[in-house]
Amino acid sequence: MEALSPTAVLAFRTHDSSRNRKPRERVSDLRREQPSWSMRKHHAHLSDEALVAQVARGDEGALGELYDRVGRIAYGLAVRVLRDDRLAEDAVQEGFLAVWGSAASFRAERAKASTWILTLVHRRAVDLVRREERRRTEPLDDETSAAAGGVSEPTDEAAWLRFERERVQAALRQLPDVQQEALELAYYGGFSQSELAQRLGVPLGTIKSRMFSGLARLRELLDESSQEESWKPEFTS
Amino acid sequence: METGIHELTAGYALDALDADERWAYETHLADCERCREELTSFWETTEALAIAAAGPAPNLDLRDRILTAARAERPVVVPLESRRGRFVPVLGAAAAIAAVVALAVGLWATQLSGDLDDARLALERERQAAAVLADPGARTVALEAGEGRLVVDDDGRAVLVLDGLDPAPTGKTYELWIFEGENASPAGLFPGQAGRDWVGLDATVDTGDVVAVTIEEAGGVEVSANDPIIASAPV
Repeated sequence: MEALSPTAVLAFRTHDSSRNRKPRERVSDLRREQPSWSMRKHHAHLSDEALVAQVARGDEGALGELYDRVGRIAYGLAVRVLRDDRLAEDAVQEGFLAVWGSAASFRAERAKASTWILTLVHRRAVDLVRREERRRTEPLDDETSAAAGGVSEPTDEAAWLRFERERVQAALRQLPDVQQEALELAYYGGFSQSELAQRLGVPLGTIKSRMFSGLARLRELLDESSQEESWKPEFTS
Repeated sequence: METGIHELTAGYALDALDADERWAYETHLADCERCREELTSFWETTEALAIAAAGPAPNLDLRDRILTAARAERPVVVPLESRRGRFVPVLGAAAAIAAVVALAVGLWATQLSGDLDDARLALERERQAAAVLADPGARTVALEAGEGRLVVDDDGRAVLVLDGLDPAPTGKTYELWIFEGENASPAGLFPGQAGRDWVGLDATVDTGDVVAVTIEEAGGVEVSANDPIIASAPV
């Protein structure tokens, strides 16, 4: 069984999801799947945001620690968007180099560091996939099925990650079909709103509304489900 | 607030806007605290979508590759000037793509920080220029006067790449022009810098246009009485 730190469990249990939005649970505290203590003895105690500040001072070890915490999720996301291991690695690398190059301008009051990093990697992946010729000719049905769950379940992931993934997927399934489709094709498929309007044959305004309503509803559903279910591993409590 | 641009917050958080809409939204974001708050909140939801995409672990050597690449370039501590300087020496596609990413990030952070000033406009211009340089479909037009080249993409967006132009003298500025036949329209000002410099034009060019540079009094002019010191071949 995967070892989980007490902090990790605590972070999940005390998840605050009031509408007065504070940063959500600090998932990065949980991302310690393969500790290599020699590498991170100076960084392990730092928050993601403190690590970004260290990166801004040129601390490579801090960049490595951020990679250890967020890299796997970033890579999974890039693979989902790009469906190509090499391209996904490129997107992750460029995203982390962007972190390295611009850590000084990161504003912690605006977003968590992990959100920032994933945003960078995602945008890079989307820019890359939009250059790919194949997606212009591929039928949208293939995209839909790939976007909706093309990745086989990994067997070596941490329990919290599986829990969280299933929680988000369950919330997605509760959305009206057209909203779920719009979110998945946009975020995992890399399609722009105008591309989707054209390919789905609906007005652009409709696509924009579906994405807005879908994302807002998903946010609500995630807040609700995090209040209802708290993940409690058997070996604690 | 207008509903349309507000709705774009979701599209922006999902990276589902086209390039021009992304620009329009980022410009709007600068002046709209409500959208910035909404975006911060939507980004938490897209982070959940990212976590839901979790799959196999990356190759073990990816970490080393990233750290090795990071070692090869120093982090940018001063946002604008050194970032500019950093990408000037090499204008290969890879460097230009890196510039696009870095500039996008700079813009992101600047806009979220709320300290908006001229740096934003400068960044926008640089980012557009970098995008043109990164475009594999862009073509190169030689200069008939001056050292360097003009790079033009399919949409007519143009970047002038200059070698060995000194900074403009005190109190003066370089001014860009687009000549459509005999008619010259101003296309932006730039200070110039030693070594290699690159500057995006404020307007697009058509086939047959000539891009030129004059030296003017600081602030620039609408109609120039000076002869160009740099001129491209017809586009």
